[in-house]
Amino acid sequence: MENAFGQPQRVIVLGGSSEIARAITKKLVAARAHTVVLCGRNPELLAKASEEALDYGATATPLVHLDAEHPASATTTVDEAFAAAGGSVDLVIVAVGHLGSQADDETSPEAALAMMNVNFTWPVVALTEVRNRLVAQGSGRILVISSVAGMRVRRSAYLYGGAKAGLDRLADGLADSLEGTGASLQLLRPGAVRTRMTAGLADMPFMTGPNEVAEYVMAGLSTNQRVIWSPPVLRWVYLILRHLPRQLWRMVMDR
Amino acid sequence: MSRQKLMGWGRTAPSFGDLQLPRSEEDVLHALGHGPVIARGLGRSYGDPAQVSGGVVLDNRGFTTIGEISPDGVVTVEAGVSLHELLKVTIPLGWFVPVTPGTRQVSVGGAIAADVHGKNHHVDGSFGDHVLSMRILTPVGAFDVTPTHHEDLFWATIGGMGLTGVVTSVTLRLTAIETDRVLVDTTKHRNLDSVMDAMRTGDDAYRYSVAWVDCMTKGASMGRAILTRGHHAGVDDVEAVTLAGPTNARLRVPVDAPSGLLNPFTIRAFNQLWYRVAPSKKDREIQGLSTFFHPLDGLNDWNRMYGRRGFVQYQFAVDDYHGDVVVKAIERLSSSGVPSFLAVLKRFGPGNHGPLSFPMEGWTLALDLPVGPSALPGVLDDLDDLVLDAGGRVYLAKDARLRPDAVRAMYPRLDDFLTVKQTYDPDQRLTSDLARRLNIGGQH
Ligand SMILES: Cc1cc2nc3c(=O)[nH]c(=O)nc-3n(C[C@H](O)[C@H](O)[C@H](O)COP(=O)(O)OP(=O)(O)OC[C@H]3O[C@@H](n4cnc5c(N)ncnc54)[C@H](O)[C@@H]3O)c2cc1C
Repeated sequence: MENAFGQPQRVIVLGGSSEIARAITKKLVAARAHTVVLCGRNPELLAKASEEALDYGATATPLVHLDAEHPASATTTVDEAFAAAGGSVDLVIVAVGHLGSQADDETSPEAALAMMNVNFTWPVVALTEVRNRLVAQGSGRILVISSVAGMRVRRSAYLYGGAKAGLDRLADGLADSLEGTGASLQLLRPGAVRTRMTAGLADMPFMTGPNEVAEYVMAGLSTNQRVIWSPPVLRWVYLILRHLPRQLWRMVMDR
Repeated sequence: MSRQKLMGWGRTAPSFGDLQLPRSEEDVLHALGHGPVIARGLGRSYGDPAQVSGGVVLDNRGFTTIGEISPDGVVTVEAGVSLHELLKVTIPLGWFVPVTPGTRQVSVGGAIAADVHGKNHHVDGSFGDHVLSMRILTPVGAFDVTPTHHEDLFWATIGGMGLTGVVTSVTLRLTAIETDRVLVDTTKHRNLDSVMDAMRTGDDAYRYSVAWVDCMTKGASMGRAILTRGHHAGVDDVEAVTLAGPTNARLRVPVDAPSGLLNPFTIRAFNQLWYRVAPSKKDREIQGLSTFFHPLDGLNDWNRMYGRRGFVQYQFAVDDYHGDVVVKAIERLSSSGVPSFLAVLKRFGPGNHGPLSFPMEGWTLALDLPVGPSALPGVLDDLDDLVLDAGGRVYLAKDARLRPDAVRAMYPRLDDFLTVKQTYDPDQRLTSDLARRLNIGGQH
């Protein structure tokens, strides 16, 4: 069970090999998490994530296969993950996502479909099943890894940003639906993070490392705030950016 | 099924369960036919022992009968009776409860399950030491137990946090009083050493003793304290003999205070004021029972003062050879900038046979800490290590954040407890959020 500081003991990570998820997992394990179910597609990366979690003190890290390109499989993955957790689950992290390559993807209907599947449809199917489980449990949290890219969709990443926008707005409504059930949902809206996904891109303003994101998550879990911004100043930055006149917005963000 | 949000007095880590109000033994036995299930009293435990997410929570307030008091002060009461209601009946007849926690708003069932202690532990022991018999409903049936008959179930239930069964009635021995007054001696101490010295050498001469310690001062006045000790006043100590029961609280905190209202600044100011206004020494002051034993009961829902994020209480016990842990714990807190209201320092007499009963001979310190400062979880983990190294333990009735492995080390008789639980609850139906969190029995 979660303790008074929002520190969970049993955790499921959907997208367990993502670098942000791994950084969060390490911190959770260093606090109270003993069981972390890692769900992902790449067995090698998962094995690495598992090794890391065990290093930090986890006692069990069951691995579950996840294929986000096939949204219909999300239910099975979630069911397997809950079974593997071996008890009531305190936190489910939804960290599935793929940045893609806008230039290549925007002319390909297949690629567009894949982008929606991975970044939106699969997570939504999974969330639906997770929601059922946690409501039945009467406790537990969901952390959805959204992105500031969904706050206002940029020309240069509209597939990714659009899918994240959909996920972010949907999750916000889903969070409201959990009121009075004992389950809850929090959104993480990180700015650019230095990871594999962004390797090769130039440093951007307000860019953080995964560990820093994880710090903000730990603080956010203890306060129950609906939205965790990373870094927190982005909340104000995006309040302005979202209302900039289009010309200005494009000058600033779509150089 | 109607799900309800349930949490402890600290208002942290709520969960939803099906709250039922059984009115008969059949109702309880029926509920024990499935798990997960746990009893709940008045929710005065700080953390999560009286809730089980997704399970059935049995509100014990359907059991409220108080029996006749025998001439030698033995009474049988149902487990849902609060000490408040019990005292209303007993004080006018010249009887007081043998042990009372800092609030009257606890049920007899809760007092058993936590094996609560009061200001008289060094003389009278804990609540369980005054219980002559109990009726306990378990998943394998009903048992009438005493310290010598089904003694395994009796002692596992004393301090067992509700995990062995549902207590329905309790026979206990009351304490005779001649008046509803207490004779109180108060002394003021500049620092921790001074107050601990006074307690070590002088507590034996008093039935009741407690010190309030300021954890926010550093340096030479670190741990300055006010020590109050007393006895029940006899007929010769007062001008007119009265025996009046307690009255209900008239004030209530209506809404959650903003989180952060209780911050290092306001708490330091409060502690300062409290220390300044106390007399430096006062002898044989006559106080009412409520003023002396339950000063906070005049204000309902005072826990809301801590705001939406709630608070935790950290209470530990160490033996006499490790009194330095009390000093180190207060040093660690006062240097970390984590704000804490007045801490309560007491001496314990010997513990009892309850494998999970908290008291052990020596010292106990209790600290109220608002949730919020990011350093707090780590500071408390450090205190756990200090306490563990000293062979001490943390009180489960106050806990909301221990590690399972720490509990195992702090309660060396945990396995004995689990063996008894397995006998009376073979399917591990009785469990709670606390039991799941600390891995002390029951289904996950
Ligand atoms: C202001 C304040 C001061 C306090 N001071 C002290 C103190 O000085 N000393 C001390 O020892 N404690 C103290 N406490 C803690 C309190 O005494 C205990 O937590 C006590 O258990 C609360 O009783 P309750 O009826 O509220 O039980 P709850 O908090 O509702 O439940 C506590 C436990 O009792 C079990 N339980 C309840 N009813 C039954 C039953 N019928 N059968 C079996 N199990 C049952 C529950 O399952 C749970 O595990 C204080 C608490 C507060 C809020």
